[in-house]
Amino acid sequence: MSFLQINELHKSFGATHILKGINLEIEEGGFLVLVGPSGCGKSTLLNTIAGLEPITSGEIRINGNQVNDLHPSKRDIAMVFQSYALYPNMTVGQNIAFGMEIRGVPKAERDKAIADVANLLQIGHLLDRKPSQLSGGQRQRVAMGRALVRDPQVFLFDEPLSNLDAKLRIDMRTEIKRLHQRMKTTIVYVTHDQIEAMTLATKIAVLKDGLLQQFGTPAEIYNDPVNMFVADFMGSPAMNLVPATIVTEGNKLAVKLDRGERQPILLPLSGGPAGLSAYNGKKVIFGIRPEALTDPDGADRNASQLATADCHIEVVEPAGSDTFAVTALGGKHVVARLRADANVKPGTTTPLAFNLTKAVFFDPESQNRIS
Amino acid sequence: MSVPSQDNAARTGIFARAIIYSALILFAIYYLLPLYVMLVNSLKPLDEIRQGNMLSLPQQWTFEPWRSAWSTAQIGVSPTGLKPYFLNSIMMVAPAVALSTILGALNGYVLTKWRFKGDNLVFGLMLLACFIPFQIVLIPSARILGILGLAGSIPGLILIHMVYGLGFTTLFFRNYYEAFPTELIRAAQIDGASFFQIFRRILLPSSGPIIVVTVIWQFTNIWNDFLFGSSFSSVDSIPITVALNNLVNSSTGVKEYNVHFAGAILAALPTLIVYIVSGRYFVRGLMAGAVKG
Repeated sequence: MSFLQINELHKSFGATHILKGINLEIEEGGFLVLVGPSGCGKSTLLNTIAGLEPITSGEIRINGNQVNDLHPSKRDIAMVFQSYALYPNMTVGQNIAFGMEIRGVPKAERDKAIADVANLLQIGHLLDRKPSQLSGGQRQRVAMGRALVRDPQVFLFDEPLSNLDAKLRIDMRTEIKRLHQRMKTTIVYVTHDQIEAMTLATKIAVLKDGLLQQFGTPAEIYNDPVNMFVADFMGSPAMNLVPATIVTEGNKLAVKLDRGERQPILLPLSGGPAGLSAYNGKKVIFGIRPEALTDPDGADRNASQLATADCHIEVVEPAGSDTFAVTALGGKHVVARLRADANVKPGTTTPLAFNLTKAVFFDPESQNRIS
Repeated sequence: MSVPSQDNAARTGIFARAIIYSALILFAIYYLLPLYVMLVNSLKPLDEIRQGNMLSLPQQWTFEPWRSAWSTAQIGVSPTGLKPYFLNSIMMVAPAVALSTILGALNGYVLTKWRFKGDNLVFGLMLLACFIPFQIVLIPSARILGILGLAGSIPGLILIHMVYGLGFTTLFFRNYYEAFPTELIRAAQIDGASFFQIFRRILLPSSGPIIVVTVIWQFTNIWNDFLFGSSFSSVDSIPITVALNNLVNSSTGVKEYNVHFAGAILAALPTLIVYIVSGRYFVRGLMAGAVKG
């Protein structure tokens, strides 16, 4: 039985349809990440769960109870805002205790709860300071403390790390994950950062233009994207999406990748998605992630379909742990991820191994996955 | 290369500064001159003023004109001085300023954080109040005060000033709260705070600068108002501006210029004090609204 359930949720602002029928659910203790580009409606969705925005139609259930018309404070949720939203006129301690104070919790009990949370987040020494005297990371901790102290059924995070610098963001990301593993409370988390989504989530919901594109585990989203948008959005560097033609070679299908004046590359497929035979002789979009396109020595030994082809390397970008090589296929720049010490030079031709088990195909018209 | 150019820059700086400061000092003198004339002449006996030479210091210093203006000068029919009217003004200004500020803050809060359909229209209509010349509303106002039974009373004046101040106070607070982060309101909602709890605990503590601006603005306008004061007051509710006019324009007896000067300064004193005490907050508040809003 799912803990948080969203059924056919619609939300309009006047004539603008923001959310167009969202269906989601997450089990108790799950970590649901809503991800998508700006303006996709992910923050609006979170606000409707919080009760800060009324919904136009549909249903939101928390732990089996419909909460559509409940006031935010009655939904047993806690929210961490992007700007942290710490009350500037109160000390850290007062900020954390404000909700309890409103609910009339006795002072002794409040002080104990503050101490517990401060201890958990290591902010005990900050309790008497004002938010303006804190650093970004400290404010973030206080904002989480204010949410934690409520001990809610669901935590809502609205891009909580986007105001932090890169290093701190990674630290806090780990910290949030650690907290989740420890508290085992259900979390809904909004971000536009697909790495945050991949690292934190137990389930990811990819949104675009108010429509749910795909909902699944991080591995499903990453390995089996349902359309080109999801494939392109998740992963860094992004998946290579190359125009290609399906041809028959012998009695098997093969992928033909044009290379301008150079000889086209022909990659024979064994197996592949069943729907692909319908595309024989037609154009498709061939999707391959950079790590599935590598130097033959670095290729996955267990891959059942490995094809090697000589590619002309245009640019080499050493990144320390890996080396990225850019080649041109089907009129597009294609990024290959090689071992750090792979011996490639720009302007030369080198064999690259295509791991076709990991390759995906899309219909160029509908942009949907060919399965 | 850079050394002479820096030298040049510094010299031009000093030169420009000299010009700016002399201009500023000149203007300051120009503005302070009337105050000086009022002050020295209010401390002279009447004979000395009659000899002319308004700019000279008193030969014989006296506080008699001040005492007279405050407590014995003939105003209208009774020799009461400005004192009772000064008190009238205070009893009118204090509640009118407080009420219009509080209501303006509530309006600003609702118009920015509890938006409703047509809120901008409501705000636009309230803004119109800032542009309506008060003369236009004199007769309708008189009628309404009559119906309410407040005609010629201090509560009546309070009501009129509060209503006509609302346009400005709402404008001030709305623009200030527009820049106030809405996420704070939402956080407080999730914490379970009610409409008024959010207002009192979250919004008001952060409203210091704009409250100062509004209070100064309202205080000055209401204290200095003559039109409503002269239209809607009766014998025992006359504010100081009207009383000052009655003092200066009395048609009987000699014109006691020294008493008039003293009276005028007395009438201007509260606004002067308000500006001196909180003037820097005034500028700061206006800037805060202007830059962030």
